[in-house]
Amino acid sequence: MEYFLQQLINGLTLGSIYGLIAIGYTMVYGIIGMINFAHGDVFMIGSVVSFILVLSLGLTGGSGPFLIILSLALVVVIAMLIASVYNWTIERVAYKPLRGSFRLAPLISAIGMSIVLQEFVRIAQEGRPKPIQAIVTGKYELLERVNDQGQFIVTISNMQILIIVCTVALMAAFTTIINRTSLGRAQRACEQDQKMASLLGIDVDRTISITFIMGACLAAFAGLMFFMYYNVTDFFVGFLAGIKAFTAAVLGGIGSIPGAMLGGMVIGLVEVFWSAYFSVEYKDVAAFTILAMVLIFMPQGLLGKPEVEKV
Amino acid sequence: MSEALLTGRGVETFYGKIQALRGIDFDVRKGEIATLIGSNGAGKSTLMMTIFGTPRARSGTITFEGKDITKLPSHQIARLGIAQSPEGRRIFPRMTVLENLQMGATVNDMAFFEEDVAKIYKLFPILEKRHTQRAGTLSGGEQQMLAIGRALMARPKLLLLDEPSLGLAPIIVRSIFSAIKELNEKEGLTVFLVEQNAFHALKLAHRAYVMVNGKITMTGTGKELLARPEVRAAYLEGGH
Repeated sequence: MEYFLQQLINGLTLGSIYGLIAIGYTMVYGIIGMINFAHGDVFMIGSVVSFILVLSLGLTGGSGPFLIILSLALVVVIAMLIASVYNWTIERVAYKPLRGSFRLAPLISAIGMSIVLQEFVRIAQEGRPKPIQAIVTGKYELLERVNDQGQFIVTISNMQILIIVCTVALMAAFTTIINRTSLGRAQRACEQDQKMASLLGIDVDRTISITFIMGACLAAFAGLMFFMYYNVTDFFVGFLAGIKAFTAAVLGGIGSIPGAMLGGMVIGLVEVFWSAYFSVEYKDVAAFTILAMVLIFMPQGLLGKPEVEKV
Repeated sequence: MSEALLTGRGVETFYGKIQALRGIDFDVRKGEIATLIGSNGAGKSTLMMTIFGTPRARSGTITFEGKDITKLPSHQIARLGIAQSPEGRRIFPRMTVLENLQMGATVNDMAFFEEDVAKIYKLFPILEKRHTQRAGTLSGGEQQMLAIGRALMARPKLLLLDEPSLGLAPIIVRSIFSAIKELNEKEGLTVFLVEQNAFHALKLAHRAYVMVNGKITMTGTGKELLARPEVRAAYLEGGH
């Protein structure tokens, strides 16, 4: 039971990160009907930029808590800004000119952009993994059990608390924007009928750009959290994390934002539980088996319902 | 009554290689109800969409209040004060009725929202009852009212109505047409109405155009066209 609880905490942490990335996939799919395969690499950019910033600020685990919080806030803002510029540019350069072209064209372009970003970072920052000392340290012991097999303590680290709390806050803020503001309404309108949205005075191109920027912000945040959780990053982290987040988006129902959040959590939990009870080597296989199963048996995903519309 | 609000001169529109509009000339004057009738596939809806630049006219010019809007992006045309209730209604099915109306108020940044939404609810009381319901679950007639209501939320100078009667029960058609008439008479709203339901449209309109195969073949006051034998033969007999 204690072991299970510990894995639950670990799974929710990882799931939060996947969920944040998955939202970027699902929103872009919702609004222009394409999978932005470069999104995982925007997450990587966010993570590498965070790494550079943390180093340049000279942040270590020994810095005072106040300084750490202040610096991290600064890091996250700058990382979001830079990731946004990347994602905005990608959309303008690689996707917008292909709108109205055949369906595969932007997809191929996206894979190309993904390679461009990876190679750019590999060359500019070198390919070696970039480790760092843990910055947010400390943990709480929640439960302790001693039996004949030994002692087991359920813990939650400050970093895990930070990730889960910030993710919940970000997702709440994000859901409010989508459901309650005129910007979110415009995004949903573009998702349902772009032409009609433009007849009502919505600048569709601008709305699409904003969608890419919002996705990039969430991905950059996830990038920072990912890098601080594992204390390492490199040019390739976006690949696997990106594909898993994509799996999460499909599992939740591509196009559905609550679905992406839920899917992220499920994928994170599956991966962690699989590693804990079966084998760590096959954790990626477990995640992608889900993708295959969902695509075969439940293509609309958990929360993506095909809408019945009156004609 | 005579000042032209919207004019088109020599408007030609193509879908790929197929020409849908073959040099259309038209005027919609301030304060009037103008109507465009014609059979299915004549190009009426194409003209409505061409006014909004989607598809864009390949040649000819469209002006609104003297300003050339032929090459303007759709959303900027909307911001000049033209609103459309388009063919097929195109309400946002996964939004509530209220949200659809909010979308309609985009061009004036919701400045008059409370006041205007009350007006729409007075015009179409059923929408108030359904205001938290998803628009996709409304009946066809209710969706049509919502599409018109949404267009009105923009406080347009010119309202384009594309087949508001399509597929609706006669009693609902009558209520929609009387609503249009009321808006025109009481608020001085200029309306450009596209209809297959020629009888109602011609009775309502001050002036009318008949379109055949992408060309305007006849024009005159609504009453004049109603009296013409060729119009009666083509669009009215056997109908109402």
